[in-house]
Amino acid sequence: MNTRRVAITGLGAVTALGLNVPQLCESLRAGHCGIRPIETVECTRLRFKNGAEVGGFTPTDHFTEKELDHLDRFAQLGLVAAREAVRDAAVEWTPTLRENAAVITGSCLGGKISEDQTFAAVYGSEGRRAHPLAIPRAMANAAASQISMEFGILGPTYTISTACASATHAIGQAFALVRSGAAEMAVTGGSEAPFALGHLKKWEGLRVVSPDTCRPFSKDRRGMILGEAGAMLVLEPLDAALNRGARVYAEVVGFGMSSDAHHLTLPSAEGAARAITAALRDAGISPEQVGYVNAHGTGTKANDPVETQALRLVFREHAARLAVSSTKSMHGHSLGATGAVEAVATALALHEKFLPPTANFTEPDPECDLDYVPNEARRAEVEYAISNSFAFGGLNAVLVLRRWDGEL
Amino acid sequence: MHEGIEDRVMRVIAETTHTPIEKLTLDATFEDVGLTSLDALAVVAELEEQFGIEIANEDAMALRNVRGAVECVRLLTESGAGQ
Repeated sequence: MNTRRVAITGLGAVTALGLNVPQLCESLRAGHCGIRPIETVECTRLRFKNGAEVGGFTPTDHFTEKELDHLDRFAQLGLVAAREAVRDAAVEWTPTLRENAAVITGSCLGGKISEDQTFAAVYGSEGRRAHPLAIPRAMANAAASQISMEFGILGPTYTISTACASATHAIGQAFALVRSGAAEMAVTGGSEAPFALGHLKKWEGLRVVSPDTCRPFSKDRRGMILGEAGAMLVLEPLDAALNRGARVYAEVVGFGMSSDAHHLTLPSAEGAARAITAALRDAGISPEQVGYVNAHGTGTKANDPVETQALRLVFREHAARLAVSSTKSMHGHSLGATGAVEAVATALALHEKFLPPTANFTEPDPECDLDYVPNEARRAEVEYAISNSFAFGGLNAVLVLRRWDGEL
Repeated sequence: MHEGIEDRVMRVIAETTHTPIEKLTLDATFEDVGLTSLDALAVVAELEEQFGIEIANEDAMALRNVRGAVECVRLLTESGAGQ
């Protein structure tokens, strides 16, 4: 099988930590927390009041009113992130490249805000019609299709929906396409806009959202914090990137997946460990070569000890030397986009030679006994890092990234 | 009155989770009668609805048996948090 090395040459991110990648990078380095009182939804009927919204995002800065008729907020965030990533990679489009490029995105929810507005109109006052474009706005592949249309990308284009692992599965698929030669370039990542009252009430029912903030791996953690985001990466063969003089942030060197086949919401250490092991095997590296783990780290009672057990199962004695952090403590949990935000964060950590912290960490938990890089970023030159995503429904996806030193 | 709360809580558990009410006793754990953590979530939501109370996330997640559910409801209704 043809296996080419795969480079990350472009990054884009619109998150609670800023409207672009430089702002995200600065916030990760500063350990800045983007969790604030929710502003776009009236929260009096909700038991939680805080979220990680993208502050200062003005849709009309990016789109005409006419374009906005076709774009749910999740597609807006995805498209703006894709624009930044493609610009950052300085992609030189040719007809051949367009035919052989792919767009693979992740979304758990699709256009939930558009859907919520439609249902409120239909159920709330008899006889009111739905927005005529409610269907194409709300479909989960809307962001992928919009990105494909924006850049004239004609190759494989689709969306993966595996809850909180959607974007990581998407990036893994894009990696496979570029590595095998099935695509010469991929724009890949995810976007999500979960702040709609009907949707937030569903999270309230599940009782996993924190009433205050997100404190992953900390003994006093009280749950996750929902976030919105768009994050995209440009992947291409390493030799093509070098030939055109592109900047390489990092290489994607491995991808692993597994299913727990166990429970709809409770995680399994064995299932997560199998995905991590598969990713390391795919990368052809030993556990001891990994220096940093961008954890799934939701901050729920259930996830964090189980993820810790999974890391101990795979890394054994080396677990004590691993740096593990949850950047969700800063950018929140943006569901189907979060794996892409975290892949961008991991690429930045390798490229900029620092370890993003776990913010809001107050008290060690005996059940979570690893080095979680509490509260302050650290300078570190790590060669290999992994990014974990473990979805509801027991679907796990893990990426392995390698620092690029400029030498083949 | 306490007898009343016990019966009502057991009825809610039985109806919400499609469990024959005769399988439920005060000492039964949810696990004993085949209920999962997801069933417990449904029970908590229905108890809140039926008794007009609000059960905190931490208390909801800790509910593992019939007696715990009864005590939780009793505490909240007697403290005036309920209807």
